[in-house]
Amino acid sequence: MGRSFAFVDAPAPRYALSLTVNGCPMDLCELVIEDVEGGSFRVHRSVMTSSEIFTLEQERIFNRSWLYVGHASEVPRPGDFCRRMVAGRPLFMIHGRDGKVRIFINSCLHRGALVCRQDSGNAGSFVCFYHGWSYDDCGRLVGVPDPSGYVEDFGKTGRALIEPPLVDSYRGMYFANFGSDASSLADFLGEARELIDLTMDSAEILGGWEIIKGTAKYNIRANWKLLLENSADNYHFHTTHKTFADYNANLRRQAGLDRPRINNIDDSRGLVFRHGHVAMLTRAEGRTIANPSPLWSRQAIAATIKLRDELAERYGEARGHSMADHSRFLIVFPNLAFHDTQSGFKLRQWWPLAPDMMEVSQWELVPRRESESLAKYRLEGSLTFQGPGGFGTPDDIEALESCQIGFRAHELAWSDVSRGMRREARSDDELTARGFWRQWHAMIQGRAGAERVTDLPVARPPAPAQRAS
Amino acid sequence: MRPAAKTDTEDSRATSATGGVRGPPATQENLLLRLAVEHFLFEEAAHLDNWRLDEWLALFTEDARYVVPATDLPNGDPRRDLMLIDDDARRLRGRVARLKSRYAHREYPSSRTRRLISNVRLTRVEAHEVAVEASFVVYRSRAEAMAPYVGIYRYTLVRDNNNGFRIRHRRAELELERLSDHGAVSIIL
Repeated sequence: MGRSFAFVDAPAPRYALSLTVNGCPMDLCELVIEDVEGGSFRVHRSVMTSSEIFTLEQERIFNRSWLYVGHASEVPRPGDFCRRMVAGRPLFMIHGRDGKVRIFINSCLHRGALVCRQDSGNAGSFVCFYHGWSYDDCGRLVGVPDPSGYVEDFGKTGRALIEPPLVDSYRGMYFANFGSDASSLADFLGEARELIDLTMDSAEILGGWEIIKGTAKYNIRANWKLLLENSADNYHFHTTHKTFADYNANLRRQAGLDRPRINNIDDSRGLVFRHGHVAMLTRAEGRTIANPSPLWSRQAIAATIKLRDELAERYGEARGHSMADHSRFLIVFPNLAFHDTQSGFKLRQWWPLAPDMMEVSQWELVPRRESESLAKYRLEGSLTFQGPGGFGTPDDIEALESCQIGFRAHELAWSDVSRGMRREARSDDELTARGFWRQWHAMIQGRAGAERVTDLPVARPPAPAQRAS
Repeated sequence: MRPAAKTDTEDSRATSATGGVRGPPATQENLLLRLAVEHFLFEEAAHLDNWRLDEWLALFTEDARYVVPATDLPNGDPRRDLMLIDDDARRLRGRVARLKSRYAHREYPSSRTRRLISNVRLTRVEAHEVAVEASFVVYRSRAEAMAPYVGIYRYTLVRDNNNGFRIRHRRAELELERLSDHGAVSIIL
């Protein structure tokens, strides 16, 4: 019996892998099918439901990618630490007394118990509660109770907690990599660094960014890749987030203003980069750095415009105004959203727990020296849209969970990600999702990256003048 | 902005050195007042469980605040920390308008909720204001999931002339490590 995909005309498998869909062998190369001529881009929905794909993703993506761990501002002083789960591993990040920030695997060398048992804090040493082995803030084993039971000098031979094979940082963001043959973090981030730099530079005048206390931690009963598709997608905004748009429009109406120019298609664009990073830029009001909302106080508006001018003076007009005017929705492959937007600046990371479950954490960054009134507008803007209690995020969660339930019907085997393939892509096209999927598809097949990250250029239609003649 | 009503907060994890009772004494007047407060909280819960959101909104003062801290920072300060919700009266009205819309997709169709409120304690009694703590469990059922929100309410209630109250400050601190099966706080807690 042939494969049972309805509405599908996929090529026959060239070689059978263990992956099966409805009892039929499925080749990894068939999971994402791009037909440039036909203008179609399809993703097989088994990638959202298969436990085999889930396992393969751990091996081929999460065990080989640079993964965000934490930000330097979370451990500002010697002894400061914070715990993280990264690709299923317990880690902690600590600022050593020697000034260096390190990331350790949070497991005692002896028999494996967690040595750091609080989510954050300050400590000069960590004593494993199980048998009492102790480590200093640089990770060195400094104490073993009753060492006479061991060979001589057991605790004095330079033993230390284990670090991930590769650790590096960029602009205060620390990453780990559990593969040993990865390229450098800087090379991995590649062109996406420019967007990171724009945001990071933009707060230099205000003392730089720091993560504030309080983390939005929530689960979504959906495949982790759905949040990726969602996080740089402008197509869903006006349908999924109608209540948010209405709320804003209502506030403006009360203030005697027109509807906001928010997520305006013409003022926005999508970008795809090497290594699967993607981004959406939108011109947006309500950025305290530095494009004011007309709803703010006159004083706050004046302060924001002054800051915008300062940025232009310091970084040149093009770069300074780009910092100020654009919301940057960057996704660092595979699972970090770097969102410097009209809804605040946040880092959001999510981990697959199962094919149909992900765990999300979201941290808010603020400039260290932002005026009280602007800081208030910043947090207000953040909470109105973002996070589990906002007017936006819950409806995103609903959309993703709704998709996941839809995937149970195997008869409909493919998702369509083709929007905008046959034109110069707009920000509400699915260029960014395709950028992610190409990288994902290359890596799941064991390759380092996609040969081509972006859509092929579209042949332009003949100019009207020629047709007229 | 009104400062967060953290002055009413009693650290429930601290042990009392004296082993004595905290809060106002158990006088007949205070016990009756507690009954009136409980009555008010139960009526409020009935509004919410029955999705009578406009009636619920009418319980608030114009300078009201509704706050839900992050699960990892229950004593967070909305002026400088990341909260899940920090509504003034304007945004609270927006929240209710949103929830009544058929476009609040997370709550359309609406969840079924049932809230249990217990251990109601007066923590401060003044002529015009009462500070109250109460434990809660809000069960939410929808879309194949049932998730209990567990936590403590901290209220500042303004006393009106008819032995009733208005809500000036309402803070729902979750005793959860994270929003797991809950996903979001899309209902009013």
